[in-house]
Parts: sequence; C-alpha cells; structure tokens
Amino acid sequence: MIALLLRDLRLAVRAGGGFGLGLAFFLIVTVLIPFGVGPETGLLSRIAPGILWIGALLACLLSLDRIFALDWEDGSLDLLATAPLPMEGIVTIKALAHWITTGLPLVLAAPALGVLLSLPPSGYLWVLVSLALGTPALSVIGTFGAALTVGLKRGGLLLSILVLPLYVPTLIFGAEVARRGAEGLAVQTPLLMLAGISFGTLALLPFASAAVLRINLR
Amino acid sequence: MNLTVRDLAVARGGVPVLEALSFTLAPGRALVLRGPNGSGKTTLLRTIAGLQPAFEGEIEGAGERIAYAAHSDGLKSMLSVTENLRFWAQVFAQTDIEPALDAFDLRGLEERMAGTLSAGQKRRLGLARLMVTGRPVWVLDEPTVSLDTASVARFAEAVRRHLAEGGSALLATHIDLGLGEAQVLDVTPFKAAPRVSLEDEAFL
Repeated sequence: MIALLLRDLRLAVRAGGGFGLGLAFFLIVTVLIPFGVGPETGLLSRIAPGILWIGALLACLLSLDRIFALDWEDGSLDLLATAPLPMEGIVTIKALAHWITTGLPLVLAAPALGVLLSLPPSGYLWVLVSLALGTPALSVIGTFGAALTVGLKRGGLLLSILVLPLYVPTLIFGAEVARRGAEGLAVQTPLLMLAGISFGTLALLPFASAAVLRINLR
Repeated sequence: MNLTVRDLAVARGGVPVLEALSFTLAPGRALVLRGPNGSGKTTLLRTIAGLQPAFEGEIEGAGERIAYAAHSDGLKSMLSVTENLRFWAQVFAQTDIEPALDAFDLRGLEERMAGTLSAGQKRRLGLARLMVTGRPVWVLDEPTVSLDTASVARFAEAVRRHLAEGGSALLATHIDLGLGEAQVLDVTPFKAAPRVSLEDEAFL
C-alpha cells in the first residue's frame, strides 16, 4: 500500500505527471477574478470565500480522470487487481495520492491567494480549515467518479457531469464555513455538516469505488 | 496444490465464448493453450486470474496463487527499470529483484526509464515482474510477443526453472517454446454454442 502511494507521488512529480496542474488553475482563477469583477474591495471581500471554494473545486475536477486512466491504459490496473492488495485499499490510496498532489497544495495556497481577493483577516483561518476538511471529500468522491468512468475513451465529460452534483453538498457547507468565518459569525453548524460529509464519504465511498472498479475491469 | 478447472464456461460481454472446459494443472507442469484469434484464450486466462467471474463451472486453487501477465506490461514509462520492478516486488511483499534482472538480461538497463526501452526490452521487464511476485502459478497471455529468438530461449529457461522449483505455468502462445514437458490444450473444440442469457449481466 505504501509502495503504491510512493509510486503515485513519484509519478506525479516527474515529467508529465500533472503535479501542479490544479494549483496553476487555482492560481489563474483567483488572479483573473478581480480583473473580471472590478477592483472594488467591498464586493471582492464578500465573494472571496465562495470564489476560493469554487476555484479549489474546479481545480480538483481537472485532474480526476488521471486517477485511474493512466493505470488502466498501461495495464497496471489489471495487475494491481490481481495483486494481494484489497481493491478498497487501492482506491483509498489512489484518493489519498490525489489529495496530496492536488488538494493539499490548494489548501496551502488558498490563504496566500485570499490576499488577491481582499479576504477579510478573520477569514484566513476558516478558509484554511474548511478547505482542509472539505478537499479530502472532493478527492474521495472524484475517485468514485473516476472508477465509474475508467475504460471509457475521453470519459472526462461524463466524469464531470457525474461528479458535479455529488460535489454540491461539500461546496455548500465548505463555502458556508468560509463565508461565516470571514464575517465573524458562528461556524459550528456548517463546520459539523462539512466534517460529516467528509468522514461519511471517506468511510463509505471506497467500498462503492472498489465495487464499480471490479465491474469495469471485466 | 493443483489448479483445477471443472466444467468451466467463460463469457465476454455476457456472451459465452468457451464452455465445458476441464483441466488440471499440477505443480511442476506447464499447459499451453492454443486456438485461433478470438477463440477465448484471453477471456479464459482473465477468468482464471480472477479479473472476471466464471460464467459457469468452478476454478480451484487460483486466487492468491496466480501471477498474471497480460498483453500490456503495466510499466510506468517515467520510472526506471529497477523502480518498476521494485514497486511490484513491494506490492507482492518480496524484496529481492536481482534474480529477475539476471534471468531476463536487464543488466545495464537498470537506471533507464522504462519509456525509453525498446518493445522487446519492455516485454522482458514485464516478464521479469513474474519472478518478483513469488507466486506459484504463472498465467501468461502471449508472453513472447515482440521477443527475439534469444529472449524467447531466455524466457523458456525462466519458465523451466520456475517449473523445477515446483511452480506451474498456464500459457496462451502460438510459438513453440521448446518446453518438452508441456501439455497442449487446443480450445477450439470447447467453443460455446450460441445461447441467450436470461439474466441481466451488468451488475452481477
């Protein structure tokens, strides 16, 4: 299992691995938004938490189809399926590798990019906390979508359509935590809901992903 | 422990391609499958490897004892030869990759990226993976594709050594490996009669 994680991380940082793709996209979105909506800081600081969350979500979406597609193309997914690793373990490790290469950099970059959107000072902590809590759910849900569409040529479109509605609850509560945090309101309720979504998906979806992957490998 | 297949039928996309197939593969023995393209050899091997369920019949002694090698080698082009091999060794909880490097003549290529290898060298690396699985039953689908004569001999030698150590091998291949002791099974007579499945296959 550790070997699989290390291999995926190593592949991600080598040429063509796609590490930084999501981060670059996130950077572009947050840099362009102030040009698009104008430099009025009141408006920007009001929409900043939502923009950061939408940017992070789309950046996550961008790299989902790589989770299984590359392993499927070169045949290593078949070989992994016959290896002594449980399929549930394989999909969990894949989701974890996706989170480390995509989600974690987004979490760390978000406060820095908040400056460009004149995020209120009280918001930095909560943007960081909500993204740290929410992005694992994005990776796990995305892994499920990737498992569903593995083997389809150019399955990226179908994958996005399948995954977007599943992302909505995470986005609603994640952005709500960040927004309420930035406005200095109580964040407990949306924070607990977000934590519930994250831990719930983390506990249940690997089993669903493993099941659909087994069917797709036939 | 034998690999035993009893009254097996295998299906591709819900349509049976082979049926009423029975054989036993004892330790130390090799079985070569023959049959024209599309006769269901790959489907049979995938079923025995556990990648798809049997349509009918039963398979005993497979599961965690199988080391499967498909048409594609499962190599990562941005990892070096040793990194590729060491990864599979770790997955199968083995440590020693040196005998595999020697057996398939991969010395001198250790630090090369797998993506820069020739087709035959990639195939050799893919076959070397079998040796680091530590599993007794090798299930091989067209293992000699893109190998030159010397490499085929080297591969036959590796299979022979594996058999001598008490392993067994099930191969689908069209060329003669010179494995004198191997039995040959032609799958053509087991071609399934056309029939309509009454069940919805999609989620079985």
